Amino acid sequence: MTIKELEKIKETYIDERKREVEEGVITVDVHMGTCGIAAGARGVFAALQGEIERLGVSNVKLRVTGCAGLCSMEPMITVHLPGQTPVKYGKLDDSRTREVFYSHILGGHPKAEYAIGQGLERPQKRVGIE
Amino acid sequence: MISSVRKIAYCASRECKFRMHIDVRSLLEKALDELGYRERIGLVETKCLISCFQGPSIMFLPSGKVFQVLSEENFTETFKDFVAALQHPTLPRLSEHHAEKEIPGIEHLDFFAKQKLIVLRNRGHIDAESIEEYIAHDGYLALYKALTAMTPEAVIGEVKLSGLRGRGGAGFPTGTKWEETRKYGAFPKYVICNGDEGDPGAFMDRSIMESDPHAVLEGMIVCGYAIGAHQGYLYVRAEYPLAIRMLRTAIDRAREKGFLGRNILGTGFDFDIDIYPGAGAYVCGESTALIFSLEGKRGMPRTKPPRSTESGLWGKPTCLNNVETFANIPQIILDGGDWFRSIGTADSTGTKVFSVAGDVKNVGLMEVPMGTDLRTIIFEIGGGIRGNARFKAVQLGGPSGGCLTEHHLHLPVTFDSLQDAGSMMGSGGIVVLDETNCMVDLARYFIQFSVDESCGKCVPCRVGLKVMLGTLEKIIEGKGEPADLALLERQANHIAATSHCGLGQAAPTPVLSTLRYFHDEYVAHIREKRCPALVCTALIRFEIDAEACTRCGLCSKVCPVNAITWQEGQVAVLHREQCIRCKSCIRACQYKAIH
Repeated sequence: MTIKELEKIKETYIDERKREVEEGVITVDVHMGTCGIAAGARGVFAALQGEIERLGVSNVKLRVTGCAGLCSMEPMITVHLPGQTPVKYGKLDDSRTREVFYSHILGGHPKAEYAIGQGLERPQKRVGIE
Repeated sequence: MISSVRKIAYCASRECKFRMHIDVRSLLEKALDELGYRERIGLVETKCLISCFQGPSIMFLPSGKVFQVLSEENFTETFKDFVAALQHPTLPRLSEHHAEKEIPGIEHLDFFAKQKLIVLRNRGHIDAESIEEYIAHDGYLALYKALTAMTPEAVIGEVKLSGLRGRGGAGFPTGTKWEETRKYGAFPKYVICNGDEGDPGAFMDRSIMESDPHAVLEGMIVCGYAIGAHQGYLYVRAEYPLAIRMLRTAIDRAREKGFLGRNILGTGFDFDIDIYPGAGAYVCGESTALIFSLEGKRGMPRTKPPRSTESGLWGKPTCLNNVETFANIPQIILDGGDWFRSIGTADSTGTKVFSVAGDVKNVGLMEVPMGTDLRTIIFEIGGGIRGNARFKAVQLGGPSGGCLTEHHLHLPVTFDSLQDAGSMMGSGGIVVLDETNCMVDLARYFIQFSVDESCGKCVPCRVGLKVMLGTLEKIIEGKGEPADLALLERQANHIAATSHCGLGQAAPTPVLSTLRYFHDEYVAHIREKRCPALVCTALIRFEIDAEACTRCGLCSKVCPVNAITWQEGQVAVLHREQCIRCKSCIRACQYKAIH
């Protein structure tokens, strides 16, 4: 692998994300570290998947990511609507997940009662390879 | 456009008081029939579509556009309007005057805003099973830089410059360790990553391995290049099955992409990593015991020197670092040692990940610059104490660390700052305790832990801790004598002075620190035969204080064996002969009238 190939992987990934945003794909990150799973993240994932299948929605993509750090609010998800600030939800259960699904993911209205905050944690600004 | 509509979801909640008994389904069926879409568009019943405060809603799928059904009259006409409005790009979805509370930006939330993420930069953000996502977030760029643009000496120089110290707790300078390992002429050399995180209440390393496994691998490969090793081992405790799975997947992906194996990135450097699941012995977190365990022998610490850097795994030079230490490496290589040392304090550079647990509101992982004070960690990022209880103590460093009180909250947390106060930063586990915790019981808990985990090699740890546990249990059972306090202290100092390894030397710290700061509580247990926090069952009298009792009768209701009788307006009566001392009444009484 050369630096070109490394950059190619990066570019392909970024292009793919851009394409998804343009096509209006909604991404939902389900935070499934051990802590999240213990708090019921599998149930949240299943509830989202169940609704997506039941309604035949094709533009919602579920992702499994690691722990978001705030264990006391698990299970958590982060909803990314194209062109909008991502929203983090916490302390979800089956029925709350469904409410968020209809209200925010499909309907575009963030569900403030269950939301923790909006935005992403800004990682360090980094310089590339000289 | 109606042609794009595949399904219509509608509210059918029975409990919804805003539905006004409108039967949305039959309205929709009628409208679709009349317009001739019945066959093509499916209906989906949902419990509650949206928090509307107005009336039942219908949602067109997949566009997700929502309309409210406010009246049954002329619904088909209304429905046509809805369909026409579907083309409208800036459709008002809900009336503005029912706008809900604002969702705060996370830059306004202390928990997120006051953290500084280096090690946890990808937390919750990337799919740990996808190497492409890691690469897209600058992953393996540091490896590329190290292998193509830096000599091993330059890598070590950068790590030394950064001032990075081992995150496992001992705080040995990482760059110096790497330099020493490189110096010895024996081959092969080994890189070991210590993922045997065993302190009660610590879960930093697990989270790093689960959510960003490639960062650990990248750090290990860079280390291998720097010291001249070709084989790495990840020692991960078997209690972390998800972490092991994520690491396995990560290793497979990295091999596929050529970051592991022969001729990495075409530079001729070979390196591979294998996982070794530990069998769950706490002592195997100690470096020499871990190496014995890896060799298939019984995990017991040995005398140093020689250090592992000279004679480690299979008697060869071995560089052993903690998970968090390795996860810092890629950032140091990318952004430079100077950048890293600009964070934190002069002696403890960079950030530290803490796992904050116990009676704190925001239980979780917090990464802050070294030198952040305890008050910021517990009360700002941690959100303070849960419920209405008061802060009592904070326990740092697991069973090897000590308790600190509110007088110590101003102390900055670094490798060396807490030693005078009788505690230590350790690997980063922080347990916050509120006033419902008994410090004698806490000391007993940690000593019990150390007794269970003692490897048995040396007498002070194997026998001494057991004797100390006996003394503590005696006090908790109400059989303590005044002389026991001095005895405890003497036992603790003996064990600390004569134990073979760090585990035994530090094991009495919880006792020494609670004796120092919560002496009154020990005295209350021994002289007054009373447990002020109402934890030690043998020392609770189970008496109802008639003055404090508000005659509410709650204790009588929660008692599982009906040992408390109560009549309206009367002080409750507790019948000791029936009481099983379960403490349900004490937990239920908000007026602290039972003690």
